[in-house]
Amino acid sequence: MFGRNSDLPFERDQSTRFLPWIVALMVFLGVLMFAGALVVSDAVESWDNTLTGRMTVQVPERAASAEATARIAEQLRATDGIASVRVVPREEARALLIPWLGEGVRESALPVPDLIDLEVAPGARLDPVLLQARLAETVPDIAVDDHRAWLSALIDLARTAELLAFAILLLIASAAVVAVVFTTRSGLAVHAAIIELLHQMGARDTYIAGQFQLQALMLALRGGVAGGLAAVAVLLVFGWIGQGIEAAFLPDLSLSPVDWFVLLLVPAGAVAIAMLTARLTVLRALARMP
Amino acid sequence: MLRFENVGMRYGVGPEVLRDVSFSLAPGSFHFLTGSSGAGKTTLLKLMYLALRPTRGLIHIFDQDVSMTPRTELPDLRQKIGVVFQDFRLINHLTAVENVALPLRVGGARPGDIDAHVRELLSWVGLGERLDARPSTLSGGQQQRVAIARAVINRPRLLLADEPTGNVDDRIAVRLMYLFEELNKTGTTVVIATHNNALVEKFAHPILRLDDGELTVRRKPDSRNSA
Repeated sequence: MFGRNSDLPFERDQSTRFLPWIVALMVFLGVLMFAGALVVSDAVESWDNTLTGRMTVQVPERAASAEATARIAEQLRATDGIASVRVVPREEARALLIPWLGEGVRESALPVPDLIDLEVAPGARLDPVLLQARLAETVPDIAVDDHRAWLSALIDLARTAELLAFAILLLIASAAVVAVVFTTRSGLAVHAAIIELLHQMGARDTYIAGQFQLQALMLALRGGVAGGLAAVAVLLVFGWIGQGIEAAFLPDLSLSPVDWFVLLLVPAGAVAIAMLTARLTVLRALARMP
Repeated sequence: MLRFENVGMRYGVGPEVLRDVSFSLAPGSFHFLTGSSGAGKTTLLKLMYLALRPTRGLIHIFDQDVSMTPRTELPDLRQKIGVVFQDFRLINHLTAVENVALPLRVGGARPGDIDAHVRELLSWVGLGERLDARPSTLSGGQQQRVAIARAVINRPRLLLADEPTGNVDDRIAVRLMYLFEELNKTGTTVVIATHNNALVEKFAHPILRLDDGELTVRRKPDSRNSA
């Protein structure tokens, strides 16, 4: 008999009908945006982890010979601050070009330099320019590449995309806040007589705000679940399509289990924002009552 | 119990609807509040049930100066005041039981404690068979009794009724008055606002009379209340 959660007839309030739809749309866009930011973030981290502390020495093809490359490798092994040195087999080096030039590159006469991968010891500082100058005494025109030049530009681009995604997410959240504020204010106007009655009976502001908060929770939960499920469906389709793309230059577009868990924060956040906004809107309005 | 000292009230920049109103109500007293339409009865009642704050003067209620009481403490005071509105103000989507239970819910009572208490009171006012009826399905008299039950469910220390007999015939009006007297005998201070002079004359309670915003107190010869 007293299981009713609300003294206010919210079910008759027309203005609340659109809130689940608005929240659903916000959550849908928010999850997709957040997922995009996570993929970019994961890709940047992966590139960074792979390439940080690594350098590649290129022995030009015209100077490359087994002896010269071996001499350079020995010289590198004797250099302080280098943890490991690996001479990349020629077949492996040619295979790196296949995504761009096709299988024919294995048999082609295309000049390909000898490559030596080296790993810088943790904490060591190795200047690629100085290293190149030292190695050039043994093999002129040798090149040392620390990948920083293109990686830093790529990371900058990725970070900008991340920031943009979060800014859009913030805009979406702001739009959701505005929608909840207007819906709540409309509810306050529609139910003014009952609110005044409850107020006269000695209801505290938090009692009345709690009813609006609960209503916002129910509406936002409905919208959040719908929007979240729709976004998950879209992401799964994207992931399935992405599996079929073979491109070495593309980062891994799949989401990790941690990413999926983090994505849950979007609908949960939307629900929390709706509740909090409704509560604060009501408390602020009621504070003007005597 | 309740004391007004030189209270003035105006809405916005309009004229004062109450001027220098001073009176006091002793605990357990019973008063009529009379006056012609527009005399300020509803405003005075609103000040008494703390729906308004005066523009000047002092109001003491339950030995507390209302003007000095922080807003956060007013709900505690309001929970000790029962109000019967002229238009009942029942909530249409709630049943009779739920309407009467509202002040208890608002006060934080446990659902288990509410049920029996509410049923008992509704039976006492003759609505034991209409517990789950919604206000729209009740007659005017039945709605009025639900409104009265709701006003007294909390055992208020002060009961205010605004034209409680306005919508009923004389026979029911007198019965309602006996009901208010019964509540008064349990220690509740009662103020009944009415312009039903015949009814007022029928009972020996003192009268707070408002004329054009000014209040006078008229005691009847056999009145036992202090004001």
